[in-house]
Amino acid sequence: MATQEKPVVLDVRHLRTEFGTRERPLVAVDDVSFQVAAGEILGLVGESGSGKSITLRSILGIIRPRGRVAGEILWNGQDLVPLSEAQLRRIRGREIAMIFQEPMSSLNPLLTVGLQISENLVAHTDLDARQRRARAIELLDLVGIPAARNRLDDFPHEFSGGMRQRVMIAIALASNPKLLLADEPTTALDVTIQDQILRLIQSLSRDLGMAVILVTHDMGVVAETCDRVAVMYGGRLCEIGSTADVIGDARHPYSLGLLRSIPRDVAPRTPLYSIPGAPPALNALPPGCAFSARCPVAGRECPDLRPKLEAIGTSRLVACHHLEDAQAHFGPREAAQ
Amino acid sequence: MTTIPTSAGTTPLLSLRALSIQFEKRRSLSDTLARRPQQVVSAVNGIDLDVMPGETLGIVGESGCGKSTLARLIAGLHRPTSGDIVFEGESVVGLKGARRRAYNRRVQMMFQDPYTSLNPRMTVRDTLREAISVHRMREGAAIDQRVDELLDLVRLPEGAAEKYPHEFSGGQRQRIGIARALSLEPICLVADELVSALDVSVQAQVVNLLIELQDELGLTVLFVAHDLRLVRHVSHRVAVIYLGAIVEIGPSEALFSRPMHPYSKGLLAAAPSLDPDARRRAPALSGELPSPLAIPPGCPFHVRCPHATELCRREKPALRPVGAGMTACHFAETIGDA
Ligand SMILES: Nc1ncnc2c1ncn2[C@@H]1O[C@H](COP(=O)(O)OP(=O)(O)OP(=O)(O)O)[C@@H](O)[C@H]1O
Ligand SMILES: Nc1ncnc2c1ncn2[C@@H]1O[C@H](COP(=O)(O)OP(=O)(O)O)[C@@H](O)[C@H]1O
Ligand code: SF4
Ligand code: SF4
Ligand SMILES: [Mg+2]
Ligand SMILES: [Mg+2]
Repeated sequence: MATQEKPVVLDVRHLRTEFGTRERPLVAVDDVSFQVAAGEILGLVGESGSGKSITLRSILGIIRPRGRVAGEILWNGQDLVPLSEAQLRRIRGREIAMIFQEPMSSLNPLLTVGLQISENLVAHTDLDARQRRARAIELLDLVGIPAARNRLDDFPHEFSGGMRQRVMIAIALASNPKLLLADEPTTALDVTIQDQILRLIQSLSRDLGMAVILVTHDMGVVAETCDRVAVMYGGRLCEIGSTADVIGDARHPYSLGLLRSIPRDVAPRTPLYSIPGAPPALNALPPGCAFSARCPVAGRECPDLRPKLEAIGTSRLVACHHLEDAQAHFGPREAAQ
Repeated sequence: MTTIPTSAGTTPLLSLRALSIQFEKRRSLSDTLARRPQQVVSAVNGIDLDVMPGETLGIVGESGCGKSTLARLIAGLHRPTSGDIVFEGESVVGLKGARRRAYNRRVQMMFQDPYTSLNPRMTVRDTLREAISVHRMREGAAIDQRVDELLDLVRLPEGAAEKYPHEFSGGQRQRIGIARALSLEPICLVADELVSALDVSVQAQVVNLLIELQDELGLTVLFVAHDLRLVRHVSHRVAVIYLGAIVEIGPSEALFSRPMHPYSKGLLAAAPSLDPDARRRAPALSGELPSPLAIPPGCPFHVRCPHATELCRREKPALRPVGAGMTACHFAETIGDA
């Protein structure tokens, strides 16, 4: 699947993350494989509970409480899965950084922003105190905090939601990570601030060659920001490929349904397409296709027979038994936008 | 005053007249000791607005611009500092007792997460029964009959009445919230971020229901949301709010296809497009919403506006007819066409 010339830095193979007992496991991520190249932004989309955050947490080795991770997570060729906590700590925050879904809960309310950036620099660089201060200002400046110099001594609550998210990004970037895991970094923000932050992540990736996995549930965010996109449902990948392919010409019934339920080019106040039903609970997933209970073109075999990811064209994989029926059901509309 | 007639009627159901509210910021001990002056948050600043019967009025703007405060003012949950709210020709500010209750029944507020406003220990039937009997909408056996009617109306599956809130998905809970609001037979719904917490695939179900019910029951809806595509889809008219004031208002299609105010333009351009070819390198709008503790003089948008001139820093532009709607910008005509 690595169609780009840039080197693959992260190669996730058959990732499986489960919770609960071994006898009756709750499988949150099931046989997920993908790659990310340097300087590439991979979007990870799907509705809430589809396993996006758990996928990121598995990569970082922070699955709590007591989740079990299987498969391979090759980071520049080294498998992270068997590493000890001490070994992981050397990679985490330094080579691989994460921005969490809730900025307030991951910033320490009792420490100034300057100290929190500095802490990260102490842990991951050899800079002295004066250099750290200079670097902290540089980082806040980079993420677009006005008058950065004067804000080092401010506490998180003195920043707006958008600024706190930027502070989080500044902390994540402190160690010049090679991979940024961004979990819905803009979901709680206004479109205007979202736009500013996404453009920032995009330019960092382009200019510094940083690989990014961007978790979102917004197809628009993917279309505007990501090079490739993976669509998740019930802990599994249903479609993965270039943004142009997946957004412009989706093939999986779930991707098609998601795109169709977004109002565009429809007469005002006419009924919108909606995917019937609700996402399945982890303890109620069928052995076959996770989407079968809601799929408009499901066949009789779908609940029992798991579809494999198969290549369609050169830059995309899809897991569905009835691709032609899906195309016929949804019509060419999504393709011809 | 906005007087754009809609097909639904010409006498407004609800009028806001120079509506304003200021909150006094709580003073900390150190503020008092240092004798710092009392700070005042101007959350809503002189809003004039006519809402026509049967119309859906969309309200958009950045976080903190005053959308929820406006919704709460209309629902009677805040008392305005100045200005008036006129409902069916009568001022409702300061209404008390039975007349307040009657207004609150007819103008229903719906919240983002009904989970927090639904009692977890009550079945759906008990929740609806309570609403119906407190307001004496029905008596005796007619109450249960009405509960079934309501659940049918919001298309909840059979057997839903005997379940508890936690047994439902987010979208279903939102429908229970709608059923409860409708149990009081309101004429106007104030929907503040009604579907914002829902997944896209489920959002559409709730929005479809809302539009259908509105047409069926002739409801007037104030639809506050940050998803601009949804607002465009459901609204007849849309008001864009900046720092507690309307900067542009007009028919939904006209406003979205041709925004006239520089802020509306920036806001719409910032919304992610589904077209990968429409990618931009630079953000559509820089800066953040200034603090409502210190609203800039002149045009409140001038600190972020790429077109600001000396006049803008000095003089506050009035909301005036421009194109199909109304815009508060000194240079709307020239900028609007750019
Ligand atoms: N009770 C209050 N006391 C003090 N300030 C308040 C109060 N309620 C609201 N505000 C302030 O008024 C302004 C408008 O708030 P409001 O909740 O109406 O914003 P909003 O447009 O609904 O934002 P969002 O999109 O985040 O929901 C904000 O600056 C807010 O902090
Ligand atoms: N610690 C845990 N124990 C059990 N189940 C969990 C745990 N953490 C997450 N899950 C479940 O795993 C699934 C995927 O969660 P998550 O990755 O957070 O979804 P999202 O795609 O919304 O980020 C959900 O069904 C969630 O309830
Ligand atoms: S057709 Fe079958 S395999 Fe394809 S998405 Fe539907 S249920 Fe899954
Ligand atoms: S009045 Fe001036 S500052 Fe305000 S929006 Fe118009 S051009 Fe911009
Ligand atoms: Mg998540
Ligand atoms: Mg609000």
